[in-house]
Amino acid sequence: MDKTVNQKAWFLVLPVFLVVAFSAVLPLMTVVNYSMQDTFGNNQFFWNGVGWFKELLDPSTDLGGRFLASLGRNLLFSLVILAIEVPLGIVVALSMPREGWTVAACLVILALPLLIPWNVVGTIWQIFGRPDIGLLGYVLNAMGFDYNYVSNDVDAWFTVIVMDVWHWTSLVALLCYAGLKSIPEAYYQAAQIDGASRWAVFKAIQLPKMNRVLLIAVLLRFMDSFMIYTEPFVVTGGGPGNSTTFVSIELVKIALGQFDLGKAAALSLVYNLIILIVCWIFYTVMTNAGVERKVQAESEPAAEPKPAAALKPVPALEPREGVA
Amino acid sequence: MARIDLVDLAHSYGGNDAPQESFALKPVTMTWRQGGAYALLGPSGCGKTTLLNVISGIITPSRGKILFDGKDITPLSTQKRNIAQVFQFPVIYDTMTVGQNLAFPLKNRGVPKADIDRRVAEIGRLLDLEPYLNRKATRLTADAKQKISLGRGLVRNDVAAVLFDEPLTVIDPELKWQLRSKLKALHRELDLTMIYVTHDQTEALTFADTVVVMHDGRVVQSGTPAELFDKPAHTFVGYFIGSPGMNILPAEVRGREARIDGHVIALNRSYDNLPAGAKIEIGVRPEFVEVVAPAPSLLTARIERIDDLGRIRFARVRVGDAKLAARAPGSFTSADGTAGLKFDPSHVHVYADSLLVEGAA
Repeated sequence: MDKTVNQKAWFLVLPVFLVVAFSAVLPLMTVVNYSMQDTFGNNQFFWNGVGWFKELLDPSTDLGGRFLASLGRNLLFSLVILAIEVPLGIVVALSMPREGWTVAACLVILALPLLIPWNVVGTIWQIFGRPDIGLLGYVLNAMGFDYNYVSNDVDAWFTVIVMDVWHWTSLVALLCYAGLKSIPEAYYQAAQIDGASRWAVFKAIQLPKMNRVLLIAVLLRFMDSFMIYTEPFVVTGGGPGNSTTFVSIELVKIALGQFDLGKAAALSLVYNLIILIVCWIFYTVMTNAGVERKVQAESEPAAEPKPAAALKPVPALEPREGVA
Repeated sequence: MARIDLVDLAHSYGGNDAPQESFALKPVTMTWRQGGAYALLGPSGCGKTTLLNVISGIITPSRGKILFDGKDITPLSTQKRNIAQVFQFPVIYDTMTVGQNLAFPLKNRGVPKADIDRRVAEIGRLLDLEPYLNRKATRLTADAKQKISLGRGLVRNDVAAVLFDEPLTVIDPELKWQLRSKLKALHRELDLTMIYVTHDQTEALTFADTVVVMHDGRVVQSGTPAELFDKPAHTFVGYFIGSPGMNILPAEVRGREARIDGHVIALNRSYDNLPAGAKIEIGVRPEFVEVVAPAPSLLTARIERIDDLGRIRFARVRVGDAKLAARAPGSFTSADGTAGLKFDPSHVHVYADSLLVEGAA
């Protein structure tokens, strides 16, 4: 009851408040401002209300058509790479040694692709896949496949997906490996005693114990692949045609190619919203599935702050909108 | 169900070529009879868990053989050995219900569904897990989880033995008592060979009909609780079992007499051919030494304190450098802090190099 009231404490919050305001809120508000207006250059702006948003969601318009098509491509891309990288990552993690010097060797080799900058990864695969001088392209053509990512849609998709799998499977594998390492030896011994087969051990022990890290892996890979820009842009430039034009590539075309700030701002807001919603759904569904198992009746409050943490990575999107 | 024979069994984590002194389990030959309740007792690091893991097949021994009913199973994997083991900390399969957890060892071995259901229901009933059978196992308390682990160990009725590796460590003292009695009851009901590893003598003595005491990688004695108490085969057993432990005193022993500081203590048996050069000691439990008023014929001791355990009082005394415990009768008081020690000859044992020597009648 005799708590001292000290309003000066607010000053302690001020630095954070200022940093967040300048790094997140103000840029975001600028984008919101742009999304309501149209410009013809000369720094002249005209009020357009929700016009851009209406157009964006209407497939019959140019903007809406391009946005929805790229969104579809992007979702398909994310789905495909998740379907490949998650099982592959688990398999890689399971087949890694558990002790000895080979562990360090495996970790270093796995970490290598993760250390290469996006741009460089794109360049590597751009050259690697070229039918005239690239090892992959040349060998495929020599084997009788008519492979050319510059002219063929399927080949372009193949290249972009294989590139992403090459680049990011390691991340899933490392996360899974960490999850596997945390399983106490007694579980394996008990499973041996219980006569469990290799598959039963995986299903009854390893998969449930990897539950948490898999959630993180899926979240990270989904967000990253849904925001992908640099690698496909460097390899295919979004082509052939528009076949590998993902949402962020489309966004940059509109914002910087055509300098349509209003359209681009509206698009980036919707883009941001989609990512937020999908992450939230992912997280809620998967933590509920996890909580089902985890909750020890009294530990429920501990699970509470997590959804907020899941949303945190999103401010990282802001710089991209700053472009618009 | 089987008799288990260990034949010259030994294990070293450093490989078979390591010096024998470093072996975690030094060569042992012994038999575990079918249907027995055994306790493997010893301090931490004495090799009891190693021995258990060798029997269950988690560790392949560096040397020797394990026979189940005379059949050599040393090279067989754990899965093929037909043995059950319960670990120190509960192991629960998270995604399964309590019932599925109990059924897991049976399901993996392709037991028909009807038999599984019957067996799970029975074990559930015996361990009071019936109300939880259809609930997820992860939501339960540590106690209940360990009960499930115990249940998985007991659910197969064809196992050669059930091994328990300090299974009650995580359980509350109150429930510990209940579970131990329960295990004892289960042992009678299910007719399984049980081997129970522990470093707690109360646990060992209450659970087992045969206690195997290990020390420094060696099995030093195996016998009933009464045998361990009355006739420890090794000074370590005397010291480790009983509270307070056995008094061990260096002495000169000749014929039917032991001499300490020039005082003669009578012995019940005759020890004429003790090995020459060996370290000779006598051992006597505090229960069989009494402090009385000092007398010239008795060994004199200085009293340090008297512990009143309620039912019995023990005097902590000192003879020269040696510390002893002795029974203090209710009427005993000491005026000057000294007392005479009265030994019960029938319970004084002679040890040569720590090993019990049987005297001649």
